[in-house]
Amino acid sequence: MAKMNMLQAINNALDLAMAKDDSVVCFGEDVGHFGGVFRATSKLQEKYGKARCFNTPLTEQGIAGFANGMAAQGMKPVAEIQFADYIFPAFDQIVNETAKFRYRSGDEFNVGGLVFRSPYGGGIAGGHYHSQSPEAYFAHTPGLKVVIPRDPYQAKGLLLASIASQDPVIFFEPKKLYRASIGEVPEEYYEIELGKAEVVQQGTDITVLAWGAQMETVQKAVEMAAKDGISCEVIDLRSILPWDADTVAQSVLKTGRLVINHEAPLTGGFAGEIAATIQKMCFLHLESPIERVCGLDTPYPLSLEKEYVADHLKTYEAIKRAINF
Amino acid sequence: MTNPNNATITTVHTAEFTAGDALKIPTLRILRDDGSIYDGATEPELDKDTAIKMYDTMVFIRVLDERMLAAQRQGRISFYMQCLGEEATTVGSAAALDDKDMIMAQYREQGALRYRGFTLEQFMNQLFSNEKDLGKGRQMPVHYGSKDIHYMTISSPLGTQIPQASGYAYAQKMRGLKNTTICYFGEGAASEGDFHAGLNMAAVHKAPVIFFCRNNGYAISTPANEQFVGDGIACRGVGYGMKAIRVDGADILAVYQATKMARDYALEHNEPILIEAMAYRLGAHSSSDDPSGYRSKEEEEKWRQNDPISRYRLWLIEKGWLNEADDKTTIDALRGEILDALKVAEKVAKPGIEHLISDVYKEPIPALQQQLEELKAHIRKYPEAYPITAGRLD
Ligand SMILES: Cc1ncc(C[n+]2csc(CCOP(=O)(O)OP(=O)(O)O)c2C)c(N)n1
Repeated sequence: MAKMNMLQAINNALDLAMAKDDSVVCFGEDVGHFGGVFRATSKLQEKYGKARCFNTPLTEQGIAGFANGMAAQGMKPVAEIQFADYIFPAFDQIVNETAKFRYRSGDEFNVGGLVFRSPYGGGIAGGHYHSQSPEAYFAHTPGLKVVIPRDPYQAKGLLLASIASQDPVIFFEPKKLYRASIGEVPEEYYEIELGKAEVVQQGTDITVLAWGAQMETVQKAVEMAAKDGISCEVIDLRSILPWDADTVAQSVLKTGRLVINHEAPLTGGFAGEIAATIQKMCFLHLESPIERVCGLDTPYPLSLEKEYVADHLKTYEAIKRAINF
Repeated sequence: MTNPNNATITTVHTAEFTAGDALKIPTLRILRDDGSIYDGATEPELDKDTAIKMYDTMVFIRVLDERMLAAQRQGRISFYMQCLGEEATTVGSAAALDDKDMIMAQYREQGALRYRGFTLEQFMNQLFSNEKDLGKGRQMPVHYGSKDIHYMTISSPLGTQIPQASGYAYAQKMRGLKNTTICYFGEGAASEGDFHAGLNMAAVHKAPVIFFCRNNGYAISTPANEQFVGDGIACRGVGYGMKAIRVDGADILAVYQATKMARDYALEHNEPILIEAMAYRLGAHSSSDDPSGYRSKEEEEKWRQNDPISRYRLWLIEKGWLNEADDKTTIDALRGEILDALKVAEKVAKPGIEHLISDVYKEPIPALQQQLEELKAHIRKYPEAYPITAGRLD
C-alpha cells in the first residue's frame, strides 16, 4: 500500500495499464511532455515514448474521432478531455459513434477498450465553464458506460477496469478531489468491477445515495443526522451506467426511505432515473417520497456557488423531511 | 472547361503532388525594433491622437496585467490571464476598426476591449464578480463583454465564436450595415472544428468578417509545431477561398495597416479575410499555469527583446509625439489609479440571490421560482452557512 492522492492514483493506473498492454495509449490536450494541465499523465511520455503518450491539437471532436478510429483498429486509447465542460464539441463522435459502433455494425466493429477521461464538477471557483457534471447526457445514450470514482483507491481500480472493459467508458474524475482526496492505494494492478455500487455505511432508517465528489457532502449530512439519532445507510453508486439498482433497492427495502444527491441540475438529472426505478422496485415498502438534492436548474454560478450547490445542509434537511414525513 | 465546383482547372499529364507547405505566406513588417521604418515600407496614415490613444491603451493593459496578476497572487481575485507581448495585436487591430464594428474575442484581447472604451471600473467589477459586473458575477475573471461598446461577452469553450462571427457579419450585411465583425482566436483554437466550419460558412456566404488569429506559439503547454504542420494559419484562409495576410504581431503599425486594408476589402466586396499575427505569449497561459515546465527561460528572454510597446514608443518619440519624461509619470499614475479602483471594486457586494435564477430564461420558469423560494427558506434556517446572501433576503 502507498499513500496517493487521486491524481497519483490515476497516473499509477495509466502507468500500469501501459506497462501491461502495448495497445494502451494516452493522448489529449497538453497530455504529452507536460503531463496534462492537472498532471494526470505525468512522466508517461518519458516512460513510454511519444507514440504512446502525446499532445493532440486542440480539438475535442478530433480527439474523440481519432480515439474511435484507434479503438476500432484494436488499440486501447485513453483520451483526456481537459474539462468535462469541453466534451460537447466531441458529443457527436461520442453519442452517435462511440456508443453505436458495435450496435450498428452487428458487432462487425466495436470500440471496446476506449476510455474518455475527464475532470468534472464544481467547488473550484470555476464558474459555469469549469464546473459542469454532464453524466446524465451520456447516461441517456445506450452503448456507453459512465463511471465516477470518489477517492484514489476507486479511481485506480475503476480506471483499470474501464481500460479492460469491452465497452467504451466515460470516466469522470472529481477535480475538486484531485489533490484533496488522499488515501491508501495498493501499488499492484487491481480492478473494481464496473456497475457495482458500494455500501459505504450500514444503517436502518434511510438510504442516502450519491457518487463522486458528492460522497463527502452526504457523509457530512449523515453525521449530522446521526446526532439526531437517525441511522443512515450510505451508498456510493460508482457506476452511473450500468447502475446497480439491486443494491440500492435492497437497501431501500430495508430502510424504506431514499435521498439521492447529485451535483448536476435537478431536471433531467440521473437522480430522476434512479427515483423512478426504485419507486417501482420498492413501492410498497416506501415510507416517504424519494428525495432529490441536486444543483438548481441553472448554469453553475460563480459568485453564488455556496447557495447553488447540493450541500450537506440541504441533504441533512432532506433526510429529516423523509424521516418526518 | 468549367467545373461544377467552381475551381478553375488547369490540366497536367504528369502526376505531381502539390506540397503541404507549397504556399508560403510572408510576414508584413513596417516598424523596426529601433523604432525606424523598414526601407520600402510605408507608414500607415495615423493621426497623432489615434497614435497616442493606441500607445496609452497598450501601456494601460500592460500595467493592468501586472497589477492584476499580483492581485491574483495575493488571493484577491481567483484567476487572471495576461496578454504580455501581444498588446500590439489587439490594440493595433481594434484601432483600425470603426467603433461599431463587432468584436468577438477569445480571452486575451483586453487591448481591443480597452481601446473600445471599457472603463477601469468595468474591468475591476468583472474581475471581482461583484454586483456591478455587467455579466452579473457569473463568469470567471477576464470573461468581459459589453453591448454598448460592441464587444460580445466572452465564452470559454474555444472556437465557438468563430462560426458565430460569420453569422453575425452575414446579418450585418443583410441589414445593410456598413460594419464588419472581427473575430479573435489563438492558433490553438484554430484546430477546433468550429474554426473550419466558421471559415467555410463565411467564405461560401460572403460574410464581411475579419478572422484574426493571434499566433503566439503556445496553447497552454502545446507548442505550435505540435498544433499544426505546414505554414501556419494564414494559408488556411486561402484554402477556404479567402484573402489572407500574415503580420508581425509585435509591430503595431503592420497590424494596424493590415486590419485597415482587411476592413475596407471585407466591406467593399462582402468577403471574409484572415489575418495571422505572429507573436509570442511572453507570460504564463493563465495564473494557474507555470511555463517553466514546458519552455526555457532563454526562449522567453529572446522574445522579451521583441517588446511591441518599446518598439512603438521609439517611433512615437522619433515623431515628436511622445516624450520620455511624461511617459514615466503616466505609468506611475496609472499604477496608483488601478490600485485605487481595485480597492473599491473588491468591497462592492456580490450579486443578489435573485440573480442565481435570472437570465437563464427571459423570465424565470416556474421551477426556478420555486427553487429560489425553497433556497431562501433554507438560507433563513442556516444564515451562518451562506454569509454572502444571509441578511440580504427580502
Ligand atoms: C473547447 C475547449 N477545449 C479546451 C479548453 C481549455 N483551454 C483553455 S485555453 C486553451 C489553450 C488555447 O490556446 P490558443 O487558442 O492558442 O490561445 P492562447 O492561450 O495561446 O492565447 C485550452 C486548451 C477550452 N477553453 N475550450
